[in-house]
Amino acid sequence: MQLYLPIADLPVNVFLVLAMGAAVGFVSGMFGIGGGFLMTPLLIFIGITPAVAVASVASHIAASSFSGALSYWRRRAIDPALASVLLCGGVTGTTLGVWTFTQLRALGQLDLMIALSYVVLLTTVGSLMFSEGLRALMRTRRGALPPRRTHNWIHGLPLKMRFKRSKIYLSVIPVVIVGIVIGFIGAIMGIGGGFILVPIMIYLLRVPTSTVIGTSMVLTVVTMLFATMLHAATNHLVDAVLALILMVGGVTGAQFGARAGQKIRGEQLRLLLGLLILSVGIRFAIELVIQPSDLFTIRELGVSR
Amino acid sequence: MRRMLLAIVLVLLLGGAARAERLIVSVSNHRVTVTPNYSGEELVLFGSVEKDTTTPADRTAYDLVVTVMGPRADMVTRRKERTFGIWINTDYRQFLQVPSYLALFANRPLDAITSPEIARRQQIGLNNVLLTQRVSGDFADVVPNDAFRSAFIRLRTQRGLYREDGSAVTFLTPTLFRTGIPLPAEVPIGTYEIEIKLFANGAFIGKTETAFEIVKVGFEQFVATTARQNGLIYGLATVAMALMTGWMASIVFRKD
Repeated sequence: MQLYLPIADLPVNVFLVLAMGAAVGFVSGMFGIGGGFLMTPLLIFIGITPAVAVASVASHIAASSFSGALSYWRRRAIDPALASVLLCGGVTGTTLGVWTFTQLRALGQLDLMIALSYVVLLTTVGSLMFSEGLRALMRTRRGALPPRRTHNWIHGLPLKMRFKRSKIYLSVIPVVIVGIVIGFIGAIMGIGGGFILVPIMIYLLRVPTSTVIGTSMVLTVVTMLFATMLHAATNHLVDAVLALILMVGGVTGAQFGARAGQKIRGEQLRLLLGLLILSVGIRFAIELVIQPSDLFTIRELGVSR
Repeated sequence: MRRMLLAIVLVLLLGGAARAERLIVSVSNHRVTVTPNYSGEELVLFGSVEKDTTTPADRTAYDLVVTVMGPRADMVTRRKERTFGIWINTDYRQFLQVPSYLALFANRPLDAITSPEIARRQQIGLNNVLLTQRVSGDFADVVPNDAFRSAFIRLRTQRGLYREDGSAVTFLTPTLFRTGIPLPAEVPIGTYEIEIKLFANGAFIGKTETAFEIVKVGFEQFVATTARQNGLIYGLATVAMALMTGWMASIVFRKD
């Protein structure tokens, strides 16, 4: 069944988009991530312009993360204090990100920047996660204990605050900076950033695993909602019809993904996620390096009526 | 004053009479609506060449060129070059107020209809249509084999938005003709102008114009205009929709 998308200005097959939403939702539910880094490239692949894809995926991630965050909230697995400090940074970062997005679009370098950020971020995070997962897997095979957590330089910073539910005593400076960075790249790349935020919070900020996913989801929901608002108000690129189809497919797929995820061990899960992220990154890298089939591209600067 | 008016009317009448042939055309649909299940359409243009007493008797073989032009827009063509091992956009040209859709249909190959000189003056053929570029502060069309111009036409043609067909117009009788106007799925919204130019023995002998419009209706129209005019409200609505969907999912799939 074909459906005409009012903002993307092209007809798409509803079932194809629903299936894409469900597939990405399955992956996101399984790994507890937003799945934007898969959704945005898929949309670009079916012919939607990168700009519209990035802007529309934001609301899709918000929806799936919100349903996730609600269930974590019921299980009291969200640290409200930590979430609010992260949000201060996140909102600032998103504003900067959307502004940069607009500037790059005017310069004609947006598509390149999106591709470059994907390559750099995904290959780095993917290979880190993959090697870490591999090491953890070897450790469990040998039956050795995981290395003891130690305090690092971040815990020497001033402006310390007590986060009760996470039971940590931490400076607000790194938390705000992490929020800014995630908000910024999220707005430019059309990703929630959960797959970067969760490792940062675990390894750098030493947030306990009981609250880390729920709290990171709160940041994802708010930054993505904020990004949707800004993209809609400044660039008029959010396709609500596309977003709705993606959301419906996404939240459904996520439920089944979450059930599947509980059957797999943590280390294997991280290994798989690392592999997935790495392959998306390499896919983008290949595209940048090999000669494109057409060197020319056209962009319409708005039809005058 | 009255004498002057009379003179003008006379000149007009005589001018009309001197043209000898008249073109009468009609499009099958003057208003194409883009609905949720829109996936392209084909319009039909009908017409006839009306002769009168002043028409030379030996004139029988007519040639027709139908030009369909979509709403005009500014466009940028960019060229990628390898820089530091990766392919990035470097050079670009801006095309000013060029048709977003452009189709040229004729009953014979376009270069066989008339001389290159007249073809250029009457903008017959994609190579002769005026595509104004901004070249370092200047406004001009460039030679047809310019890299950016030909890339522009090639890319638009690939998307079905520019086309040239020397066999699309068919003469049902020596004076009655028809042609199909295919509109691809991703067709630009707006007013489309159609120019029908008549040739005989290579000479341009007259033209007529008509138009049709493509409009989004109902829901599509509502969404598109709201997004453009009330971005903030549209954003709020999308945000509310996202929260609703997320909330409903968490209720529907609640395990306890």
